[in-house]
Amino acid sequence: MFTPSALKKLQTILGPADVLTSQEDRISYSYDGTPMLSRLPEAVLRPRTADQIAAIVQLANEEEFAIVPRGSGSGLSGGSVPVENCVVMLTNHWTRILEIDERNLTAWVEPGVITAQFHSAVEGRGLFYPPDPGSAAVCTLGGNVAENAGGLRGLKYGVTKNYVLGLEVVLPTGEIMTVGGKSVKDVAGYNLRDVLVGSEGTLGIFTKILLRLIPKPESSSTMLVMYDRLTDAAETVSSIIAARISPAALEFLDNTTIRCVEEFAHLGLPTNIEALLLIEVDGRGSVVEEDASMIEKICRDHGAREVRRARDDGEAARLRSARKIAFSALARVKPTTILEDVTVPRSEVALMLDRIQEISRKYGLMWGNFGHAGDGNLHPTCLTDERDHAEVHKAEKAFDEVFSAAVKLGGTITGEHGTGLAKRAFLDRLTDPPALQMMRSLKDVMDPRRVLNPGKIFELKPRCEGPMPRRREQIEKFLAQGAFT
Amino acid sequence: MTTTSVKGFAGVDVPNDDVITNCMHCGLCLPTCPTYVLTGLERSSPRGRIRLIKSVASGDLPMSELFVEEMNFCLDCQACETACPAGVRYGSLVEAARAQAFAQERESRATRLLKRFFLGTVFSSHRRLKGLATLLKVYQRSGMAWFLRRTGILAAISPKLARLDPLTPQISDSFSSDVLPEVLSPYGERRYRVGFLTGCIMDVAFGNVNMDTIEVLRRHGCEVIVPQSQSCCGSLAAHYGDMTSARRMAAGAVDLFKRDGLDWIVMNSAGCGAFFKEYGHLFADDPERASAAELVAARTKDLTEFLASTGFRPRHARPSGNKRPPRVTYHDACHLAHTQKVVQEPRRLVQSVPGYEYVELPEASWCCGSAGIYNIVEHEAAMQILERKVDNIASIAPDVLVTGNPGCMVQIRHGLERRGLNVRLLHTATFLREACDP
Ligand SMILES: Cc1cc2nc3c(=O)[nH]c(=O)nc-3n(C[C@H](O)[C@H](O)[C@H](O)COP(=O)(O)OP(=O)(O)OC[C@H]3O[C@@H](n4cnc5c(N)ncnc54)[C@H](O)[C@@H]3O)c2cc1C
Ligand code: SF4
Ligand code: SF4
Repeated sequence: MFTPSALKKLQTILGPADVLTSQEDRISYSYDGTPMLSRLPEAVLRPRTADQIAAIVQLANEEEFAIVPRGSGSGLSGGSVPVENCVVMLTNHWTRILEIDERNLTAWVEPGVITAQFHSAVEGRGLFYPPDPGSAAVCTLGGNVAENAGGLRGLKYGVTKNYVLGLEVVLPTGEIMTVGGKSVKDVAGYNLRDVLVGSEGTLGIFTKILLRLIPKPESSSTMLVMYDRLTDAAETVSSIIAARISPAALEFLDNTTIRCVEEFAHLGLPTNIEALLLIEVDGRGSVVEEDASMIEKICRDHGAREVRRARDDGEAARLRSARKIAFSALARVKPTTILEDVTVPRSEVALMLDRIQEISRKYGLMWGNFGHAGDGNLHPTCLTDERDHAEVHKAEKAFDEVFSAAVKLGGTITGEHGTGLAKRAFLDRLTDPPALQMMRSLKDVMDPRRVLNPGKIFELKPRCEGPMPRRREQIEKFLAQGAFT
Repeated sequence: MTTTSVKGFAGVDVPNDDVITNCMHCGLCLPTCPTYVLTGLERSSPRGRIRLIKSVASGDLPMSELFVEEMNFCLDCQACETACPAGVRYGSLVEAARAQAFAQERESRATRLLKRFFLGTVFSSHRRLKGLATLLKVYQRSGMAWFLRRTGILAAISPKLARLDPLTPQISDSFSSDVLPEVLSPYGERRYRVGFLTGCIMDVAFGNVNMDTIEVLRRHGCEVIVPQSQSCCGSLAAHYGDMTSARRMAAGAVDLFKRDGLDWIVMNSAGCGAFFKEYGHLFADDPERASAAELVAARTKDLTEFLASTGFRPRHARPSGNKRPPRVTYHDACHLAHTQKVVQEPRRLVQSVPGYEYVELPEASWCCGSAGIYNIVEHEAAMQILERKVDNIASIAPDVLVTGNPGCMVQIRHGLERRGLNVRLLHTATFLREACDP
């Protein structure tokens, strides 16, 4: 339990200013970006050194409280929402870019660096860090690594995991461990680094991150393509990929989203089209031109009503804004916006969209769809009001069906937002049992006392080690060890 | 009027539950919030404050001292509204929360006294403001100010006053409201008839800006109507939660400006303009005044909004000699950019003046820390925020800095002086007037 004595020890480790306990502070860290999830932490900590973190983790093991790491709290699966008997640990004293190594094209950063600030720092030197989640202006690199965040450039450039070369982490037992490094190749032993990427704060707290950079693409070309039929848009996506072109972005908006975007931003989009694609190619000048022309032809061959191709940077930005504001435009319609993240093989995008439409109609919900079509990563977005419990309940049931449909099509329940609290029930149902068992075992081995973000990704099951307790006192002892908490 | 009693709040000016629910706690507003960037604490962020307001509303949190402190620590700059994807009207929440704190007397004694003095005494009556301003003028002109400042006597008498001294506006030689007749005819043919608010700070400290505004309007074919015996528009009181005074002053302004025959009411102070535009929501319990207030609100335009939409063109290029053209830049007043969403118009106008090189100011729409009487009530924070503004100005070293709000001018002038930067600081009206000069 989190006792007054634990609190005192924390204050000794950090100094009183970096231990926040007021009710106002606890309320302010009771949520992240996920709708309808919140809980008060016991305290909020702002450590400044890895040694402090290590000491706190050791204390958590001794005093039996949990630690929930938190970047900017923009997560959409409840990763940094407090759990029972926990302290929230902030990384916003850790905001330095420690090194940009132009010879090796790498950068050492602290976990609290804001993603967009990192983008501008490296781009200022002609370098490029591709992962660009829609939340880049607010989220942290630590949060990105913990969620293995994606973004608009996933199709060509991959996601966060493709850029993590090394990590310094404080393990759940309090040791500080370094994995990976500047070598591009490294096959010495198990690849622990990739186990930690996407671990959602359950296996370790990152204190330093080594990222891979690439040269900044020379030029780019942007176009917006409009379709009367959804299937034409979906087939365009498949054909572009089949033609061996890798656009930097291949994004999709459905009719509801288009109408909301137009109503909100007046970009002059026709509101009676069924789908819209935003396509962007980048690279060397002449190749970009060639690719763009080829894509334009493919779009027209698939019955595009209109292709708008940007002539300059200003126009490119305007076209891009249609996709960039999709989420804002939807979010304005109703108080509560539930943004989901199902992903299917690219070839199944059209089918998946059909299924989503059927399901939303069945439940009579207002629903917009947009997403990274090139990655098969869709964001079906339900617009509702959390005060209307009946409708929220319907939305939950609808999402349940959407997730099942995605898995049936060979897809997954989340492409980039993570499992956290919001989707752990589905993980339990939809993951291959041995795989799930392996995940649980890994967690048990690395975090035997369950101090780091317990209850995230999967629910805690009672620990049953050794023979079943039979006698009353055995059972009591078992319970006293916190077996069922 | 609907009197709601949400658990922790009571009375008329209650934070609206729909607005609260509209916040989906995505956090996209965080990086634009000056107070969050200063402290790194979620409770000093828009998202945090909304959650605290929600908690007081639901009864989960009492209206604590820290709660009130956070509400007052907010600049009400509304940069968060510009950033918010969901269109949450944050300003309305924090203003209602302040009104609650004010009505329930939950603020610290010092804050209450300061607010009482400035809002209840200085700004509440225009006559009193002018009286005080006259005293201040004598003080400033007599060399007394210089003497007291130089010798440190002021600091010895009262350190708090000494810090505020540079922030007292330089009082104009004559108050514009004393010399302006009710009707000023246009130069040439009349195209519009516009009402003009002399304002309070504008009037006593920036009388020349008022004169420049009127000059520009007359050259642009406007007959300018200056209703006599105006008082403050009430925005300062409203932003600090004193809704009773705010309503009283707003009612006065509505009665003065509801007259027939005005095409537009033109504002040269961003804060007043923003509040005029909100008048429609103030009088829910007084339908007659409410409809007059709506009419006034619908007619209100910022000077730059009006000029840009009616095809204003500066007449003359200023001779720049054979040197490089002077560099001009523009600072967004929060209540113009974030509240009124007037961003492009002033830039277009400034850029239309020949003979200058326009340079965009980095973080132009980041608050300067003036924020009504914020630089008095939250002095330390206001000065830190000002430093960031001055850093940005220094980074492009402009010759002229143009902006559209008196509060920003007082604050930024202080910042420039402290840093020893030689930049001409002009109100948009003055810049445009100079461009019209033969
Ligand atoms: C408007 C909006 C758009 C978004 N768009 C995208 C998108 O396009 N693609 C995408 O992938 N995501 C997107 N997201 C989701 C979210 O921004 C990402 O998941 C992001 O990576 C979270 O970063 P954060 O700093 O806010 O972390 P938090 O939300 O605070 O935490 C996320 C997880 O990381 C853990 N964590 C944080 N720091 C550390 C650390 N130092 N060590 C260990 N664990 C840590 C936390 O415990 C938690 O489990 C979006 C969110 C919003 C609100
Ligand atoms: S950006 Fe808007 S919706 Fe998001 S947290 Fe801020 S106020 Fe709430
Ligand atoms: S109004 Fe300004 S200071 Fe207040 S919360 Fe919004 S951005 Fe922050």
